[in-house]
Amino acid sequence: MQKTYYDPADLKKFGKISDWNEELGSKFFDYYNAVFKEGHLTEREKSLIALAVAHTIQCPYCIDAYTGDGLQRGITKAEMMEALHVAGAIRGGASLVHGVQMMNKVNKLDL
Amino acid sequence: MLQSLHKRNSELAESNRQLEILSNGIFEADELPKFKNKLAESQQFPLKARKLEILQINVGYMCNQVCAHCHVDAGPDRKEIMTKETMLQCLDVIKQTKAHSLDLTGGAPEMNPNFRWFVEEAAKAGIKDFIVRSNLTIIRANKKYHDLPEFFKKHNIHVVSSMPHWTKGKTDKQRGDGVFDKSIQALQVLNAIGYGMPESDLRLDLVYNPSGAFLPGNQAALEKDFKKSLLDDFGIHFHNLFALTNLPVSRFLDYLIASENYEDYMYALVEAYNPEAVKNVMCTNTLSVSWDGFLYDCDFNQMLQLPVNSQAKHISEFNESLLEGRNIVISQHCYGCTAGAGSSCQGSVT
Repeated sequence: MQKTYYDPADLKKFGKISDWNEELGSKFFDYYNAVFKEGHLTEREKSLIALAVAHTIQCPYCIDAYTGDGLQRGITKAEMMEALHVAGAIRGGASLVHGVQMMNKVNKLDL
Repeated sequence: MLQSLHKRNSELAESNRQLEILSNGIFEADELPKFKNKLAESQQFPLKARKLEILQINVGYMCNQVCAHCHVDAGPDRKEIMTKETMLQCLDVIKQTKAHSLDLTGGAPEMNPNFRWFVEEAAKAGIKDFIVRSNLTIIRANKKYHDLPEFFKKHNIHVVSSMPHWTKGKTDKQRGDGVFDKSIQALQVLNAIGYGMPESDLRLDLVYNPSGAFLPGNQAALEKDFKKSLLDDFGIHFHNLFALTNLPVSRFLDYLIASENYEDYMYALVEAYNPEAVKNVMCTNTLSVSWDGFLYDCDFNQMLQLPVNSQAKHISEFNESLLEGRNIVISQHCYGCTAGAGSSCQGSVT
């Protein structure tokens, strides 16, 4: 049995997801590839968004993929880290903003 | 300053050791296919030389820089310099060849004491595209080189220069402390006399090599980012960006092994193998001449001491029809030129 849940080599097998459902797999990858094409946002900007989201959802495959993708695009360490702080700020903010709910409840019940 | 593999007495200074590494390990165990087998899979073996279009001459391995990725293992300690006698033999060929491009490289070619004489003589042959691969910092290195831009202009030289990034940190990490600032100064001097300006015929192209164990991204997208940043930050113009893949040869091979990236990098190259790129790899239309006049299919084969598979092995024996159709000599480093959009001294090949 596999000793760890994640194996870096599995990232290269991502495309095999289609093997068990060709139709939906193909639709997903067509969509995926279309999403990352240059549109109103550049491919570079999309790569940075993907990197930030990868850290937010804590997907090791995605972090591996989009760190490498960023390097290939000439994205600097400073830009990558700044993008991560955006993810961190939103994630932290999401916890803290619920503090308003806590405060509302306390204010309602407390004397 | 980093030292060359030769200066460090590294075992990788020997081409045989490099070739052993490239043929053994993951390739010996068939974990990854050998390049020959990959070519055969796409019915492209043996790879054949076509008509000669680019004559590339390496006039010496001496350089004022010691870049971390250098496949030449160039540096100030390298004494291999083309003699005037060999240059005369090259000039005989330059006068008779139908190649449209002459490409001088090194080391820093300008450090060859006969460089200017050679350029003046070669320019008389009227080859359409006369390239000098200048590392830029040489122009600022010493007063005797300060007039190089004017010299290039006088002989209508097409200047091709390395620039791994538009930021100082990434550039200096690959090419040495202070290289970025000096390169910017040199580019500004070149721009000031017309090189690289939008409507100018004085060609100035930049070469991008990834500063690490990863492949280059899309050449057009990188060019766009380089142009915007260099113009916004320093007012610099240039014409085209050539995105080159680092081949696992010499100092880059040493780096890959030392940083434990070698196997992953070779996997990345093999996975990115593109049969379409094979059709236009530079060895099929280029001939590389070493400082001592021997002939190779490319600059990388020169560094690995893999001479051409032809009866004409030296510039003194040059015979264009004999060399045409020769089988290209290959090894696993060739995956570097066939990955993704392909890579050559002129950038992507697809």
